[in-house]
Amino acid sequence: MTTIAELPPGFADKVLSAQSTFRSVMDAMARPGSVQRIVPGAGTPDRMMRGTAAIALTLFDHDTPLWLDARMAESSDVLKWLKFHTGAPVVQDTSIASFALISDGALLPALDRFALGTSEYPDRSTTVILQVERLDAGRSFELRGPGIDGAARLQASIRPFDLFERLAFNEPLFPRGIDVVLVADDAVVAIPRTARIVSKGS
Amino acid sequence: MRQVLSKGSVNPVTQHNTQHNTQQAQRKAAMAVLAHAEAGEIAARLRDLALDVALPPHQDLRAPENGLVMLRGRAGGDGAPFNLGEATVSRAAVRLASGEVGFGYTLGRDGEKARLIALCDALVQSRDFGGAVERDVIAPLREQLMVRRKQAAAETAATKVDFYTMVRGEG
Repeated sequence: MTTIAELPPGFADKVLSAQSTFRSVMDAMARPGSVQRIVPGAGTPDRMMRGTAAIALTLFDHDTPLWLDARMAESSDVLKWLKFHTGAPVVQDTSIASFALISDGALLPALDRFALGTSEYPDRSTTVILQVERLDAGRSFELRGPGIDGAARLQASIRPFDLFERLAFNEPLFPRGIDVVLVADDAVVAIPRTARIVSKGS
Repeated sequence: MRQVLSKGSVNPVTQHNTQHNTQQAQRKAAMAVLAHAEAGEIAARLRDLALDVALPPHQDLRAPENGLVMLRGRAGGDGAPFNLGEATVSRAAVRLASGEVGFGYTLGRDGEKARLIALCDALVQSRDFGGAVERDVIAPLREQLMVRRKQAAAETAATKVDFYTMVRGEG
């Protein structure tokens, strides 16, 4: 059992670290497919990457219900760290979660089980934060959509392999849909619901 | 009914609980003093203490932050509770290298004071530093606090007006 005494610390400089992390995630959202860096300034619990921890400390609070994949949910380290530093309630029901933390792509549930927002409030959807292996090498993808001049190329090795095919379900739902943030260590790529992705092979 | 334990067979659970309670009471008492002390005073006492014994390395588990708490009151002291208003508080958590975690909460926006209180709270729990902190930091601050309170009470008492009715009649 973990006691508070063993918890990794939060941001050393709360304001500046949260601002810089927010900026990275915002830039990633504004430029889908571009790789943004997060300056890590916090301790990280087991099973959580540095980028994920920084995003958690920046975006989560007691108003954002959180869903964790089975691997994270079974770790008392992760649960206690999140509770102590963010206060975000962990929920079992994917459809009411503001954020979903996925440490292992194999544990990603069917995407339509997450909150998709409503036509009046499309922002009330789940943002899925998915930890992936690499965002600088691997299969090649081409992204198009708002925020992209022509087409953007992304090389990533991610699980599940068919993530982008699955994300095509966003298309007919618009303006509803889910946004995905991919994290590999300190690199972040956002795939907002407006991005259209074509696999280009490796 | 509570069982009376015979001498020599102290229940380890009870003993542990008693220790725990004593420490909680000690931390509570320390917090009551520290929350009313000035940040500068606490810092100065800690600095003096650090000259005698090297303070253990420590880190901010939770960097100082400001927030609001809702203050609740009761009409007439024992009536229905109502929300009186919000007050600014600062809090921090500090962890010593040896593992003790201290928490600091204080009214106002002085984050550094919250951090100092958290550090003192952690030190109070420490086996090696608890005595020294109690003796060199908390006891003198408590004394100051008492003096200030007594002085304020005396000043208030000087303005006290006693109303009494003179007995009429009877010459």
